[in-house]
Amino acid sequence: MLQDQDRIFTNLYGLHDWGLKGARQRGVWDGTKKLLELGRDGIVQQIKDSQLRGRGGAGFPAGLKWSFMPKENDGRPHYLVVNADESEPGSCKDREILRNDPHRLLEGCLVAGFAMGANACYIYIRGEYVLESQRLEAAIEQAYEAGLIGKDACGSGWPYDIYVHRGAGAYICGEETALLESMEGKKGQPRLKPPFPAAMGLYGCPTTVTNVETIAVSPEILRRGADWWAALGRPNNTGTKIFSISGHVNTPCNVEEEMGIPLRDLIDTHAGGVRGGWDNLLAVIPGGSSVPCIPKPTCGSVRMDFDSLRDVKSGLGTAAVIVMDKSTDIVAAIANLSHFYMHESCGQCTPCREGTGWMWRVMERLVRGDAHIDEIDSLLEVTHEVEGHTICALGDAAAWPIQGLIRHFRPELEKRILDAKKRGQVAAE
Amino acid sequence: MPKLTIDGREIEVADGLTVLQACELAGVEIPRFCYHERLSVAGNCRMCLVEMERSPKPVASCAMPVGEGMVIRTDTPLVEKARKGVMEFLLINHPLDCPICDQGGECDLQDQAMAYGSDRGRFEENKRAVKEKYMGPLIKTIMTRCIHCTRCVRFATEVAGVEEIGALGRGEHLEISTLEQAINSELSGNLADVCPVGALTSRPYAFTARSWELRKTNSVDTLDAVGSNIRIDSRGREVMRVLPRLHEDVNEEWLADKSRYSCDGLGRQRLDRPYVRRDGKLREASWEEAFGAIRERLSGVSGDKIAALAGDQCDAESMMALKDLMTSLKSPNLDCRQDGAKLDPNHRGGYLFNTGIAGIEQADAILLVAANPRWEAPLINARIRKRFLSGGLEVGAIGVPKDLSYPVAQLGAGPDTLAELAAGKGDFAKVLKGAERPMIVLGMAGLTRPDGAAVLALARQVAEKFNMVRDSWNGFNVLHTAAARVAGLDLGFVPGSGGRDVEGILDGAAKGEIEALYLLGADEIDMSRLGGETFVIYQGHHGDSGAHRADVILPGAAYTEKNGTYTNTEGRVQLGRLAAFPPGEAREDWTILRALSEVVGTRLPYDNLGELRQRLIEVNAVFAALDTLEPAAWGDFGAAGKLDAAPFGVAVENYYMTDPISRASETMAKCAAELGLGPQAKATGTDG
Repeated sequence: MLQDQDRIFTNLYGLHDWGLKGARQRGVWDGTKKLLELGRDGIVQQIKDSQLRGRGGAGFPAGLKWSFMPKENDGRPHYLVVNADESEPGSCKDREILRNDPHRLLEGCLVAGFAMGANACYIYIRGEYVLESQRLEAAIEQAYEAGLIGKDACGSGWPYDIYVHRGAGAYICGEETALLESMEGKKGQPRLKPPFPAAMGLYGCPTTVTNVETIAVSPEILRRGADWWAALGRPNNTGTKIFSISGHVNTPCNVEEEMGIPLRDLIDTHAGGVRGGWDNLLAVIPGGSSVPCIPKPTCGSVRMDFDSLRDVKSGLGTAAVIVMDKSTDIVAAIANLSHFYMHESCGQCTPCREGTGWMWRVMERLVRGDAHIDEIDSLLEVTHEVEGHTICALGDAAAWPIQGLIRHFRPELEKRILDAKKRGQVAAE
Repeated sequence: MPKLTIDGREIEVADGLTVLQACELAGVEIPRFCYHERLSVAGNCRMCLVEMERSPKPVASCAMPVGEGMVIRTDTPLVEKARKGVMEFLLINHPLDCPICDQGGECDLQDQAMAYGSDRGRFEENKRAVKEKYMGPLIKTIMTRCIHCTRCVRFATEVAGVEEIGALGRGEHLEISTLEQAINSELSGNLADVCPVGALTSRPYAFTARSWELRKTNSVDTLDAVGSNIRIDSRGREVMRVLPRLHEDVNEEWLADKSRYSCDGLGRQRLDRPYVRRDGKLREASWEEAFGAIRERLSGVSGDKIAALAGDQCDAESMMALKDLMTSLKSPNLDCRQDGAKLDPNHRGGYLFNTGIAGIEQADAILLVAANPRWEAPLINARIRKRFLSGGLEVGAIGVPKDLSYPVAQLGAGPDTLAELAAGKGDFAKVLKGAERPMIVLGMAGLTRPDGAAVLALARQVAEKFNMVRDSWNGFNVLHTAAARVAGLDLGFVPGSGGRDVEGILDGAAKGEIEALYLLGADEIDMSRLGGETFVIYQGHHGDSGAHRADVILPGAAYTEKNGTYTNTEGRVQLGRLAAFPPGEAREDWTILRALSEVVGTRLPYDNLGELRQRLIEVNAVFAALDTLEPAAWGDFGAAGKLDAAPFGVAVENYYMTDPISRASETMAKCAAELGLGPQAKATGTDG
């Protein structure tokens, strides 16, 4: 259980003032100049030592990612781009940061941007987050007025500007290179890598794209020290994390908790338990819609961190815990996700463009049981044909939920097919 | 030079290559759809996936740059499975209508499905259907067949320079789309070539032939002066289509629309038998009657009253034969410059595109004078655009402003601006001065004026002032529009001593001083200037303006129907080859002249094409060096004179109709109408 003194997001629920005054009372913008005095290498080293892993879903080591930015400026500007295009079904953690604690993000933008040699930061915010973008703009205004950012950010002599760019509602624009394309005014389609954004990103300049939460926690790590952060959670899965718990629980919520908390504790302590008790649990999608679901027996023992969930063939993703009790039509639920990915595929590369539609159509038939038994296997094969063969990770994200379903609920799928066949025979007689 | 291992074999390749290119060098074929050597890398078809050591996923080889010590495997089960998977995805929504598809037999998807496709599908759902898009009279679309490789989008954006094709929608609703009108480009036919499937095919060729029934003949194009290398596909006597053939230094692998789609004009308005005018009317005749009529009219006429003009598409052989015939008739009145261009035949360097088409890629500043390369030589324009895309090119233009698909500084409209430049005035003079390899391109519109010789001299001055002509670089270029012109000048189809040029011939004909005029495929002169008494012999292949005026018509062969030598605007000598025989009683042109020579005077001293070519080489040794560029001597060409202040005109009024073949082509007429050119575009009484 996370102790209150280790909590970073002390206004996660918006009970206090979101503005600069309130933020300062909570310790934001406290000695930021001193943090910058650590220097570029100092900051990156601290983040590396803290073992902070990116909060956007993939869990890439943040310090390592920041260190990819060129050390010397070759004449091109460096950019920090904050990915606030939070659209993963189930996730709503960045939203709370944006609307209730925007200054924490802004301070992080300055610190992280400084560590990358950037003088400009773009926050790409999901188009539907209207209130949040207004809050963010207002907070930026406050920060400029207070001299925290601008020509001489926090009196450090480092010029720093922050801009907000609103998206237009495409899920794929949360993929970092599609986000850059979108910002450049082009169609939101992921780019080929290499070159990676750190070499050639926004407008061809060195760029790092990072999730809101990763950026927002970084000043606090520097203030309290990498050791403090590394002591939380488990090795390689350190620190605190905002979990978004939704679905069939008694009190759905966002909560900041220590990494590696047992899933059952998380649900029972913070979300008021599964609706109808733990025994009524069917399955949990532990990390947002794109990771495979885990069945109840696994849910009882698994810890919520990157490595533990990987070991049970799922993932932490964005830590959006979707709880499904026994009233759930699990096949229909996954079919719904399949439809989402088909709808959001950009259509650029073959496996995703053609595969997502195919998978959804088969899923729709499986919901009704209108299929042959061998189609379960061919569906599984199709998911493997999509997975890993696409330009970006959307193909994987479309494949994994179905793989999870077939792995854990094959009897259910077969039963539906047999039932449907029986109904057909009865009708024929 | 990174060293990498491909399927266990070590290979060292040049820096900057992609893994796919390295695999090709190692002799390993990688299947691909979206990758095209001359277009940017899209990496979206995912067919070229290979396994790379230390990469958890297979990588797209077309987009992965080579690195030192890379270990690539292309023959593993993982790669095999990935390719089969991609192929299956491509086929699930593909209509598989190969039997009725024009791409059938030369389709990348069909070919690769043989290697990676399954014999049956697992896709039980309905296939997607996509609405056709309208792309004008040249390109037929069947968008259901599209595999979204975006080659067409990249071709239009990058090579053609028109952003008129793009992808709409997303996911499985992604559609390649246009502005629902013809692509405003002279290179649009290449879209059908770059399309790996049957989504974009040639509209005029649709449903006319299957690729395996066609006889393929390598030849060169004569509809402009670029000398594009082409492949003529014919069935029996009919030319079914014309396709580009790779020549890196000329047309790369592209072809301009007029060269590609005029071929339907080869079957229309053809002269397939001799005619003789009797009682004011052209009447069918036999060869003997036609020759007899000529002998009768020419007997007793002195040589200085006979004249000959060669047209824009003549082969060098027939021009040589006609010149020799005129010499035997003691006529000095001959000219191959029917548009009246004041080109100086005595200095080869003064009438060639000296830089060479490939040389454009080295230039860093280009001055276009009275030239519209986009219409006069679309592939030269594409080269300039290619050069522009690689960065650091400045282009200035004097003449009628035109959208050339790259930014151009419009400097002025007439010779005055050129004179100012020659005096070193103006901003562009600084650009030319600072440039390492500057070029000047002089178009025909500057030379066909009465003061053409002065413009030519001025252009030479500009070239000399800005040091464009030196040992390693020749930046002086004349942009021809006629395929026959350079060869005509090379073999001396120009007035002999005391002879008349085209202007003199027309004047003489009007005044009765020229009694007989021999037109060898010459249709672009103003026939109304010929006096009623002038005896006109027209030898050519189409019933165009020359044939209408003629007193005797001798039916010749079009460029696809004869073996001939052509020299392009660079001075590159290339051979055209017979793909189909001329229709009816028409004959190869030099044989007609050879036969006529026996009737009217001295027999020409060659009995076969080889001997005639020997004669050509005797006259000018350049004809011996096929497909090479000899540096041309520089000289004191042009003539200083008074400049007319009038702005430059245009050499090509309507790109789609410039010669007898394209004027007879229905396809070209449709193109002209579509883009608002030509007579069809005129408003009628019902227009509002």
